[in-house]
Amino acid sequence: MAGGLGRARGRGRFTPYLLVLPSGLWLLAFFAIPMVLMVSLSLQTGNLVDGFRQTFHWQNYTDGLSTYGDKFGRSLWYGLLATVACIVLAYPAAYWIAFRGGRHKSTYLFMLLLPYFVSFVLRTVSWKLVLTDNGPVLGPLRNHGVLPSGFHVLDTGFAVVSGLTYNFLPFMVLPIYVALERIDPRLVEAAHDLYASRVQAFARVVLPLSLPGVFAGVIMTFVPVSADYVNAEVLGGPRNTMIGNVIQSEYFDNSAYPVASALSFVLMAILLLGIFAYARALGTQDVLEAAGR
Amino acid sequence: MTETQPAPARDDPGRAVPAIELTGVRKAYDAFGETVAAVRGVDLDIAQGEFFSLLGPSGCGKTTTMRMIAGFEEPTAGRVRLHGRDVTGVPANRRDVNMVFQSYALFPHMSVFDNVAFGLRRRGVPKDEIKERVGAMLDIVDLGGRERRRPAALSGGQQQRVALARALVNRPRALLLDEPLGALDLKLRQAMQVELKRIQREVGITFVYVTHDQGEALTMSDRIAVMNEGLIEQLGSPREIYEHPATRFVAGFIGTSNLLGGEVGELAGDRAVISFGPDGRIEVPLRDGTRPAAGERLELTVRPEKICIGPDKPADGLCGVRGTVTEVVYLGTSTNYNVTTSAGDDVVVFLQNATSAEDIAVRGDSVWLSWEPRHSYAIGAAR
Repeated sequence: MAGGLGRARGRGRFTPYLLVLPSGLWLLAFFAIPMVLMVSLSLQTGNLVDGFRQTFHWQNYTDGLSTYGDKFGRSLWYGLLATVACIVLAYPAAYWIAFRGGRHKSTYLFMLLLPYFVSFVLRTVSWKLVLTDNGPVLGPLRNHGVLPSGFHVLDTGFAVVSGLTYNFLPFMVLPIYVALERIDPRLVEAAHDLYASRVQAFARVVLPLSLPGVFAGVIMTFVPVSADYVNAEVLGGPRNTMIGNVIQSEYFDNSAYPVASALSFVLMAILLLGIFAYARALGTQDVLEAAGR
Repeated sequence: MTETQPAPARDDPGRAVPAIELTGVRKAYDAFGETVAAVRGVDLDIAQGEFFSLLGPSGCGKTTTMRMIAGFEEPTAGRVRLHGRDVTGVPANRRDVNMVFQSYALFPHMSVFDNVAFGLRRRGVPKDEIKERVGAMLDIVDLGGRERRRPAALSGGQQQRVALARALVNRPRALLLDEPLGALDLKLRQAMQVELKRIQREVGITFVYVTHDQGEALTMSDRIAVMNEGLIEQLGSPREIYEHPATRFVAGFIGTSNLLGGEVGELAGDRAVISFGPDGRIEVPLRDGTRPAAGERLELTVRPEKICIGPDKPADGLCGVRGTVTEVVYLGTSTNYNVTTSAGDDVVVFLQNATSAEDIAVRGDSVWLSWEPRHSYAIGAAR
């Protein structure tokens, strides 16, 4: 009896490690090892014909940053604009579904996600078809003189930010929805009962309690949006390229692997620093504390 | 806090204005295209400073009635008045009542202090006064020194008291409590019942208490309205409701009640002679408004603790019924006897074990049950 118990305990001790083993191996093989290889690659010199050699060439980093500083800046700026636009669009939609959706909540969520069952690239290309100068939207407006003939949407920063906002909207809606859905409606009733108007009940109770969802949504959109290159490529044209486009062309067009790797790590470092700063400045606990006042 | 009863309303010195007045209140919901009546016509006057309970099983309309007083639901018909002022259609945030929710609904992102101060801040009470009033209220509910805690760091009983303080600190005209003790364990619930009653006396505010627990209602209330299927079945003091249940539902819902089927013999004034099976006649008082016709079948209620059990036919002037003991259950302070009468009704008798060390009767004994006529009431035939 005691021996059996001891054996069971002994096995139980290793169970957590057994559970984590598959994903651990997966991460090691497809995340950790490639990362190390990429760090190594980012410090090499050479070209595709003669081969690459490890020379600890740190200039790959400094050169990349100084040459493409404006692209980094544009990426972060577009990322910020698209993230803000996502919040503005996602919050009311998530709010409506969570509090007014009733029995059809999952239907509404499904409808919201339905377009995203179509391939990312295809969705972006179809936006191009919609927004093109003589397309179904701008064509008639221009023909009837509503818009000046020189007016166009494609190949502008606006088009890129719009595309980014559209493509990453679900990553904002879902975490906000989850946070709002978890709020007990009786908390809102309690706020009304304690003399809060609708606006006050929202500002003092609903908004602070949903901020963790917004926080998660910002990280889930800002990071991929800043690193995206498809939207800039399809909708932005040559004058609105983001750092993702640079990395892509350095790697695939110029075969400048070390430079592309270095740029990737610079981008990663910037985003990580940004997120840490953001988390420090807007730690959920402090936000909630402030909202309680 | 020596204030006991609130002063009567100054605008109407002749008649005390009720704290809460419901007239002809109805509430119907649309559910899947069908209209469901939750409250089917309630008239109520709740006096100032009263501890009033709405008691009934789930789905009886008690919570809906309370939510209409709070302003979370609007009645389909009828008026709600608070201290004489018609508030029908006035939103909850502009009504002078506060509510203690069943699940407490404390704001999880705020400290105890901020929770309690919420209502005062919305009303623009000056900072110093808020600090003073919140502190005083937390002392009343015995939570002094816990201002900076989050609700999640408190026990269930403490959360309950924060919810109470958060409502009471606003000095509402009435406090509405929606099964506030439901989530607590038995010991704590009993302690809180005494505590609630003490706090209510201390602050002198009208309490409207919604519960399905008859024990709670009987313990704390000045008056109880027993509700069933959207209507008030009976309204009265705990003693009236327990001793003189007006309907079969009330008799069954409050405590244990024995129902004896009988037939009306002759009627004399406010008394009726009822015949029971082969063993004869019982003369009982009739409740107001009960006017059975001779020959009509009706039911008689007797509380189990009012019945005596013995081997001999009772003296004249007592009600008596013969029966056979079917079960004896010893419970320490009392013993329960289940008896089947000669007319076939099952009767429960509670006897205090005050003196006798032995059971009076055993299973299979033939016994007489007796009680004073004033302890049994005729109620109409089954509804």
